[in-house]
Amino acid sequence: MFIRRAFTSALRGLNTHRTRSALTMLGIVIGVTAIILIVSLGEGAQALILGEVQSIGAKVIAIVPGREPKGPSDFLSTFTDSLKQKDLDALSRSTNVPHLGKIMPIVFGSYSVSYGSETYRPTIYGATPLFGEIYDVHPKTGRLFSDDEVRGYADTAVIGSKVVEELFGNEEALGKRVKIKEKSFRVVGVLETTGQSFFLNFDSAVIVPYTTAQQYLFGIKYFNRIVIEADTEDHVAETIEDVNTTLRASHNITDPEKDDFFLETQADAMKTVSTITDVLTLFLAAVAAISLIVGGVGIMNIMLVSVTERTREIGLRKAVGAKGSDIMLQFLLEAVILTVAGGLVGVALGAFFSFAISLILGRTLAVDWEFVFPVGAAFLGIGVAAAVGLVFGLYPARVASKKSPIEALRYE
Amino acid sequence: MTLIEVRELSKTYADDGVSTPALRGVSFDIGRGEFVAIMGPSGSGKSTLLHLLGFLDRPTGGTYRFDGRGIDEYTDHELAEVRNRKMGFVFQTFNLLPRTDVLENVKLPLLYSGIPEKRWNRMAEEAIEAVGLSHRLSHESSQLSGGERQRVAIARALVLRPEIIFADEPTGNLDSKSGKAVMAILEDLNRTRGHTIVLITHETYTAEQAERIIHLMDGEIANDEKVKARRTSDHFIK
Repeated sequence: MFIRRAFTSALRGLNTHRTRSALTMLGIVIGVTAIILIVSLGEGAQALILGEVQSIGAKVIAIVPGREPKGPSDFLSTFTDSLKQKDLDALSRSTNVPHLGKIMPIVFGSYSVSYGSETYRPTIYGATPLFGEIYDVHPKTGRLFSDDEVRGYADTAVIGSKVVEELFGNEEALGKRVKIKEKSFRVVGVLETTGQSFFLNFDSAVIVPYTTAQQYLFGIKYFNRIVIEADTEDHVAETIEDVNTTLRASHNITDPEKDDFFLETQADAMKTVSTITDVLTLFLAAVAAISLIVGGVGIMNIMLVSVTERTREIGLRKAVGAKGSDIMLQFLLEAVILTVAGGLVGVALGAFFSFAISLILGRTLAVDWEFVFPVGAAFLGIGVAAAVGLVFGLYPARVASKKSPIEALRYE
Repeated sequence: MTLIEVRELSKTYADDGVSTPALRGVSFDIGRGEFVAIMGPSGSGKSTLLHLLGFLDRPTGGTYRFDGRGIDEYTDHELAEVRNRKMGFVFQTFNLLPRTDVLENVKLPLLYSGIPEKRWNRMAEEAIEAVGLSHRLSHESSQLSGGERQRVAIARALVLRPEIIFADEPTGNLDSKSGKAVMAILEDLNRTRGHTIVLITHETYTAEQAERIIHLMDGEIANDEKVKARRTSDHFIK
């Protein structure tokens, strides 16, 4: 008997027990829906985060003090004081780092800021005016502080829109004085609203000259970061080398294993983010895939019931000339048709739900969440569903094919 | 011409170590075109005999030659092919596929026949016409009366124009009028189309429509005789 005819009789068999077929399919439908949903949302989240990372700029290299953390226990080692003014000076020399575009030290911490009776606890950044260009944030009103003000330990501050809202409400903030840790600062600029960015949120930031921050706020002589921008993207790799060489010389380090600093680039960050989201997505999809196995067991169970219930039909088919292989093929195809149909429905449902969720996320979180249809996962889901049908349909189909025609015909 | 040649045929069922002889060595021949009834009380082995003759089961002793070839010489695969092409079955309980219409039910043997699909409808329609149910083609079996269902089953049995039709108590579940109609069809198939018919029944009235009656008792042949006063159906309900 040709596959097509077996296919027809399998379809008829399923059609005869429509409700049962639909219920049997449900396990697979749910499993594949979950897989599509998870992978689609995972890819959407990854695209969103990568977009954020990309916004830092490909030319930016962040120098982080301490040893690169290799595990959770290493994390504290990043809080060290290894980046000093002499490093900044050494890196600024064009003989050391010829392709240096911009260089900026950063210190940061969290303190309460008060204006009158209002207080708010933003992130305080100590930086140079270059942060505007490096991070692409610009004053909506007023200005950034100047290099002269940095050199002169000026008490000028640029504040984010959220800080304005919390401290000033509808009042004009420019020119007012705010207090940070007993030190008074004059607001010279208000930043435009940038929204939540993955790494930095300038809306709830107060930015002051790093010199002032080091001296009067944090009481430190070192930097939390030195941010470097290479002059062109092509020179990023070379610049990384130059920075490493310069800092090792400055810190008298001969063995790169003993580095007390490390570099972060956009490429690194993207790789890290991709790895994390990929692993998470894979893990969740694997959990969802377990439900496919459960669905498969359900199919085997129902198919066995079906085989028993249709014992007379099997006997009749054998009496009119069906061979064991014909019966086997029919029941196997019934199982595979069920699971593949379940897979298709699951893909459609998964895509629908993930589209709906992407719309809701986009609205409620005001993020640029893109709906991603995971083509690979769709094919994989349907393929796995077919395999589940084959594997779990095999035993019931064998049971059916082994039935003796007279036993089957006698069965009440 | 001999179609069926049975010699000392026996069948013993072994269930849980207890062996139950159902057939204790029967011998007879059935010629092509014969209309034979097998009679006997329940437990006499008549169903077992029919299953053996119909290639639904293998004997445990003796020989059975069908169409000149012993059952031992056929593989299971070939038994299925013979059942498909040379034998037709009619059961007491009709055994139609549920929620399937008359035409599809009758087509069932064609599914396993290797005959090109484009001929299926015509063959099935011819068989349905032969049992007088052309007006019921697209009815589902649940919409038919018992007599009509059995006629569908007969159409299914003869769709591949088999050499022989085995009928296991075909009138057992029918009222007498429907039963007569079914018997009239079988008789007609035997007389006008030359199908060999082996009929199992416990009703003397039904058995006497055959040319010959084999009486079974306790797994052995008690009597094998020609019917002297053969009853013929007065009419064939079209």
